Amino acid sequence: MLRRAVRTLDERTGSAPFLHKALRYVFPDHWSFLLGEVALYAFIVLVATGVYLTLYFEPSLGKTVYHGTYGPLRGMQMSEAYKSVVDISYDVKAGLLIRQTHHWAADVFVAAIVLHLLRIFFTGAFRKPRDLTYLIGLMMLGLSLPEGYAGYSMVDDLLSGMGLAIGYSVALSIPVVGANVGQLIWGAPYPGAHSFESRLYIAHVFIFPILIGTLLAVHLALVASRHHTQFRRRKADGQRRVIGVPAFPGQAPKSLGLMVGTAALLFLLGGLVQINPIWLWGPYETGLSTNGAQPDWYLGWLIGAMRLVPGFDVTIGRYTLVPNPLWGGLLFPTLVFAVIGLWPFAERRLTRDRRVHNVLDRPRDAPWRTALGAGFLTFVLLVFFAGSADRAYVSYNVDYSTQIWIYRALLITAPVAVTWLTRRICLGLQRSDEIDEEREAAEREARQAAQAPA
Amino acid sequence: MRWRWTAAAVAAALLLAAVAAAQPPNGVIRPSNESSLHPLELGAQLFAGNCASCHGSGGRGVTGPAQRAAGGTRGQGPPLTGAGAMAADFYLRTGYMPLGNPKNQPEPDRKLWNPREIHALTAYVASLGHGEPIPHPDPAAGSVGEGQQLFTEHCAGCHQVAGQGGVVTGARVPPIEHVAPVEIAEAVRTGPFLMPAFSKQQITDRELNSIIAYVRSLGAHDQGGWGIGRVGPIPEGMVTWFIAAIALVALCVLLGERLKRT
Repeated sequence: MLRRAVRTLDERTGSAPFLHKALRYVFPDHWSFLLGEVALYAFIVLVATGVYLTLYFEPSLGKTVYHGTYGPLRGMQMSEAYKSVVDISYDVKAGLLIRQTHHWAADVFVAAIVLHLLRIFFTGAFRKPRDLTYLIGLMMLGLSLPEGYAGYSMVDDLLSGMGLAIGYSVALSIPVVGANVGQLIWGAPYPGAHSFESRLYIAHVFIFPILIGTLLAVHLALVASRHHTQFRRRKADGQRRVIGVPAFPGQAPKSLGLMVGTAALLFLLGGLVQINPIWLWGPYETGLSTNGAQPDWYLGWLIGAMRLVPGFDVTIGRYTLVPNPLWGGLLFPTLVFAVIGLWPFAERRLTRDRRVHNVLDRPRDAPWRTALGAGFLTFVLLVFFAGSADRAYVSYNVDYSTQIWIYRALLITAPVAVTWLTRRICLGLQRSDEIDEEREAAEREARQAAQAPA
Repeated sequence: MRWRWTAAAVAAALLLAAVAAAQPPNGVIRPSNESSLHPLELGAQLFAGNCASCHGSGGRGVTGPAQRAAGGTRGQGPPLTGAGAMAADFYLRTGYMPLGNPKNQPEPDRKLWNPREIHALTAYVASLGHGEPIPHPDPAAGSVGEGQQLFTEHCAGCHQVAGQGGVVTGARVPPIEHVAPVEIAEAVRTGPFLMPAFSKQQITDRELNSIIAYVRSLGAHDQGGWGIGRVGPIPEGMVTWFIAAIALVALCVLLGERLKRT
């Protein structure tokens, strides 16, 4: 049947050679190669659910009065945008399921990208000829953050408004041009012009998704054209030949299973676990606030950074050159992305290894990379956890400012300690590999000696 | 053999529970003839034994030594001469008082008095001066919708919009989802610790009923499923990583391994 389908297609498009190549594409078999696919499937769920939501979402800050199903909000003044999301949650068929699935898919999408990035980093898969693929992947991660932020913000609930207030103050903190940037994006001083809502909307449903989708296509094309990397095998030159299963019939059912499984999990979460219950947060007015407002997890590290940076502004006389939010809100993430993005090139310089690499390192094979990566990850994770210090205070009663000082101390010591420890572990594992090899060689020799005629 | 271990574990747990129940709640002194005393007399004795070290004899306060107690209170503790039944009832029934250490933020974890003792102490403190009586809110007469608006306006900045508590400079703000209506009313009018007291001009009794109705209704609006604490992104991130990410990695491992075997 497949043959017939291919023939039908080929007669009209002449694509048989391409299809042949695609179906014979070889996937190496290791579970960690599937993490990127999870991100891809989460993205598909995001687009599918997102399309459904756009049918009902009203990107307008025009005022209206709620008369819908949810009792406590009846008679309340709110924006069209907020009202339409309450309606999606309460009155649109399957609206709440789709909305919650969309939000869970966003959280999982970024998580899967991060896991994928960790796999790529710690196995050295970013090395030539895949450094460009790596950079494009990193750009997608970078774009998914403002994409998620725009989605979180355009609902115009209480958390949206408070998140935007922080975003606005970060925009204003850019030296010299901050006020202009704020004006450019918001259209007016905070909370901004009415057109700001449509800008968020266009950014969220059009600009960022198109950018991510395009980069995704390029990313996958590059992966396919350079072929997958693979782990080292005995008796095989992995640099030239990929060993694994063909796209069809080997990999296809596996990928299909993973796609169905990812979608099933996301819909299960969407149906069973409440996420962002905006009817509880209520509509936003500039005078209102809630304690413990937080961004979605993938921006938690920015809140953490803003909390950990000591409170100071750079001033010249009465003129504030660099307001405080710049350090944590903008410079810190820029620096983190710069370090991750420049790593392949820095490594090439430092190790003077400019060769093409198609075979992966195990983390222990590159002790310095693994150690520095683990140290850097510790640093970012600590900043990330500091973002939830307020809730930790409420839940575990550890004084807030004590926590902040503990985090500051850990930020200086823990990455160094983790780097040192990781390197030691890598070297230890290498040594135990050597011992194993020596033992095997000795056993082989002994066997040969025993078999040999005396 | 298994049932023996189970039986032993149950017996041990029961024994521990019995020991715990048999111990008197520590930290307070009681008159030996407690049951025969008139409430006001009992209140006076309990006050003298347990409260006067900070609030002074006759509730006149303790000004020296020159130190500050929690929340910027001068001396050991404030005078209670005008405190009234409302404040006394609030602090005692919530367990904020008696306070273990006057320098700490009061925590609602020392419920050391039985209802009769609370009644007696409240009556005694009320007899020290002219204070507010215990309020009688009627949340059934309030509107949840109005309550949500008022709560967001007056309370959410500290208590979080779904009443899950939070942090302010100098204090941990308690979650209030499960607080009894009368305690909410007392807290709003008294303003315990750093919380401001709201007068009847700021929040009328009718509005207070609505606020309480809203707080009491918080658990009823989890249309989305499992509420995961109703504080938004932090538990959502935990579900993302500890449930979704782990499940998906497990799925990847499973699919990867299956392929190897076949």
